[in-house]
Amino acid sequence: MLQTSPTETALVEAPPKPILQLVGVRKTFGGFTAVEGIDLDVRAGEFLTIVGPSGSGKTTLLRMLAGMDTPSEGNITLHGELINDVPPNRRPTCLVFQSLALFPHKSVGENIAFPLKVKGVDAAARKARALELMRVVRLPESYFDKNVMKCSGGERQRVALARAFAYDPEVLFFDEPLSALDYKLKKALEKELKDLHRETGKTFIYITHSLEEAMVMSDRIGVMRAGRLVQVGTPEEIYGAPVDRFVCEFVGEVNTIKVGRGTDGVWSGRDVPGTFQVAPPRNGVATDEAFIVVRPEFMRFLGPGDTADNRLEGTVYNEYSLGSRIQYQVRVDAKDGEKVMLVELSRARALPPSADSQVTLGWDAADAFTLEG
Amino acid sequence: MADIALAHAPETAAELNRARALSAGARCALPVAILLGIGFLAPLVAILGYAFATPRSFDVFRSFTLENFATLFDPSNTVWLSFLWSCGFALATVAILAVVAYPIAYGLNVVFGRAAPLISVLFVFPLFVSENVRLYGWVLFYIKNGVLDGTLKWLGFSGGPEVLYTPGITLFGMVYTYLPFMLFPMTLGLALVPRDLVDAARDLGAGRLFIWREIELPLAMPGILIGMLLTFVLAIGATAEAKILGGQSIIVISHDIEIAFTYSQNWPLGSALAVIVTVFISGLTLFALSKLDLDRMLGRR
Repeated sequence: MLQTSPTETALVEAPPKPILQLVGVRKTFGGFTAVEGIDLDVRAGEFLTIVGPSGSGKTTLLRMLAGMDTPSEGNITLHGELINDVPPNRRPTCLVFQSLALFPHKSVGENIAFPLKVKGVDAAARKARALELMRVVRLPESYFDKNVMKCSGGERQRVALARAFAYDPEVLFFDEPLSALDYKLKKALEKELKDLHRETGKTFIYITHSLEEAMVMSDRIGVMRAGRLVQVGTPEEIYGAPVDRFVCEFVGEVNTIKVGRGTDGVWSGRDVPGTFQVAPPRNGVATDEAFIVVRPEFMRFLGPGDTADNRLEGTVYNEYSLGSRIQYQVRVDAKDGEKVMLVELSRARALPPSADSQVTLGWDAADAFTLEG
Repeated sequence: MADIALAHAPETAAELNRARALSAGARCALPVAILLGIGFLAPLVAILGYAFATPRSFDVFRSFTLENFATLFDPSNTVWLSFLWSCGFALATVAILAVVAYPIAYGLNVVFGRAAPLISVLFVFPLFVSENVRLYGWVLFYIKNGVLDGTLKWLGFSGGPEVLYTPGITLFGMVYTYLPFMLFPMTLGLALVPRDLVDAARDLGAGRLFIWREIELPLAMPGILIGMLLTFVLAIGATAEAKILGGQSIIVISHDIEIAFTYSQNWPLGSALAVIVTVFISGLTLFALSKLDLDRMLGRR
């Protein structure tokens, strides 16, 4: 998984021209540094998601991109032109707010046509364009005169989106616009948003704290932590090759085992007894102290004849249904008492209810990855 | 739900009695109801009674005549002139206050930041002093050899402008007196405009003026209209400004009513005039309130 494929190499050699470029961007509020050392190239037409826990600085970053804040240091360029101090109304970018910021005293049609009214488009042309956009975001035409506050959450979402499209921006920003919706609607809108991205060919920059959302929609994901961009990569890279423990734990549940390499080159467990076969660290750093990281879905239960690179004996003491999958909590012996390992199996391969709670866990070195300890 | 239903089912005689007695809310409202009845409703009823009594008499509730109204509507009566002065000055006060108070209200919401509460208090402060005292303060300020005139003379100028006892100073007094009543509803109105919407409008390309016209003004309108209504109703009944600062260079309607009750000792005529003014103002207020659909303006419906 680490080896770059031929297509990826080609991308590295001739990257698409960045539409938006951030170099050393930093933002401080008084003594507090919200965002620091951001270097990022946004490619034209891509769907980039910035993800991070709350307070990681992602909204501050977005506000700077949209022009509502100016960077304390560093440069933001659009098509190679410095836009640090260009006010939001003079940028060809548009932000879809977390609150959506729909105008409550205006109808659906008036909301969507607002940017056109700003540009001085006449009423008939405004209406025609608004109706066209309503078709794009799948709002019925009869909604044109409806009070926007009478619309449901999902409909408001579409109005906000259509209004942003009416501005005809080159880059669209999204500040967690789906966070207030229920799960099912959210899932449906995520897919619609992805389709709209493909249909319109615009550059989308999306902010969320939900990695699940990011995984579904994005071409690339940037993970932020404490004001810094820790890793930027495709969903596969973020999931399969996280650069550090923060990213790998943020991306999903993991099992970690602390290991050390002896003079004989054999890795032995620091917290769990035994020796382990370890894949070389992804970042190429030679180290003698490391973490083996195994995602629960790469763990399996070994039967009598099964083989695996690594094995651990344990006791199943809990199981949770995750819908299509089942997660098991397995207690294994550790040097300071016990350690809990997670195993996720598809429901079809679940342990029979009668099975002995004594199990053998197994995984292959190639399915795990190693991070510097 | 079941628990609540059970708790309310009267089972014993004592509980039944309690259920029949006044609810807690009604008992709490009793004092204010009595106060309003004696202090608010009774005088209104008395005024209404006097309005239909024989002129220049105190035969309240014992005689019925429309003579007082006939006198007021007689073409030879000049009371309508006072009425026009009152209406005109009230309208002018509202118009000037709207222009003066808007920037202050905007500042209190957006610009002043942490100083805003202090500045609000400064605007409330004059209300702690009686209106008449404050108006006499202005008289001392503007009077010949007063604060302004005296200071200017001391500095070697020819002296202050002679503004006291003119219609203009009356208007000034009204604007001064009623500023807080316009300012605070307006500030609340502007506070109802979410900053997100302004940011969004700006992000969609709108300039300052466009945002003000399309977003801020319509969304702040409930507060602005309430401020306007409040100041208009207060200003149309104002007398002290015209008397103390204006030196009766104009006669306002409230002054006419006062004269009827005091100097001319014609209570029925004064009452009739009061009734007409009250009906006019309350009609206007109800009309404005019916047009002022707060829910719609706030987008709640």
